[in-house]
Amino acid sequence: MKIIAVCGMGIGTSVLLKMNAEKVLEALGVTAEVQAADISKAKREGHDADIILTTPELVYQLEDMPGKIVPIDHVFDLIEIRQKLSAALS
Amino acid sequence: MSLLVNKALAVGSILLQQSATDWRECFQLAGNGLVASHRVTESYIQEMIQAFEELGPYMVIAPGIALAHARPSASVLETGLSLVTLREPVAFGSVNNDPVRLVIGLAAVDHDSHINLMAALSELLMNETKVNILLQTDKEPEVRQTLS
Repeated sequence: MKIIAVCGMGIGTSVLLKMNAEKVLEALGVTAEVQAADISKAKREGHDADIILTTPELVYQLEDMPGKIVPIDHVFDLIEIRQKLSAALS
Repeated sequence: MSLLVNKALAVGSILLQQSATDWRECFQLAGNGLVASHRVTESYIQEMIQAFEELGPYMVIAPGIALAHARPSASVLETGLSLVTLREPVAFGSVNNDPVRLVIGLAAVDHDSHINLMAALSELLMNETKVNILLQTDKEPEVRQTLS
């Protein structure tokens, strides 16, 4: 399982998403590699990602990627991340 | 953990109860805090504004909270943060998270070395009680105390 957390710059939102997704995955007992990336790096290196975590505003930039896109509204909301990740994993 | 955030907010980086009419003014304020605390040069402010113009309001990462930043670049002198609270909330055009009351300015020298700082920042911003204190106070010592 590979998950890529994507934002515009690759230093802010994606890093927060990656950390919080890792917390959720641990709680769910799911083993996955989570990588943070900006949009261009995601397009370059993310073609084998099963799940793409990002924010709603950036979804349109990632739609041509093969992985399942999971938009997160509130990057600190572990409940939202848990619900959406669980749905994407099932 | 908050201590890391406190250290990243160097002298001059905290601007409380500011007035701004739009996201651009908010970014300017967050940028001023980073410049005053010697984390970035002036040109970083324009880079942040450009990033927002290109990519839109995704930088509003949670209800009421914006993370103003650009890519690591030559304009970044040292990794650090600034903190701006707004007297009146400002609409950034975020569907889910408007209006903004807290703007965190972020400068990073590369993609990796600020990870621990982001973990600390995340922990702080998840704490509603602490965020409310930050939003209400006009005294920097109270901010420092909340982060200690």
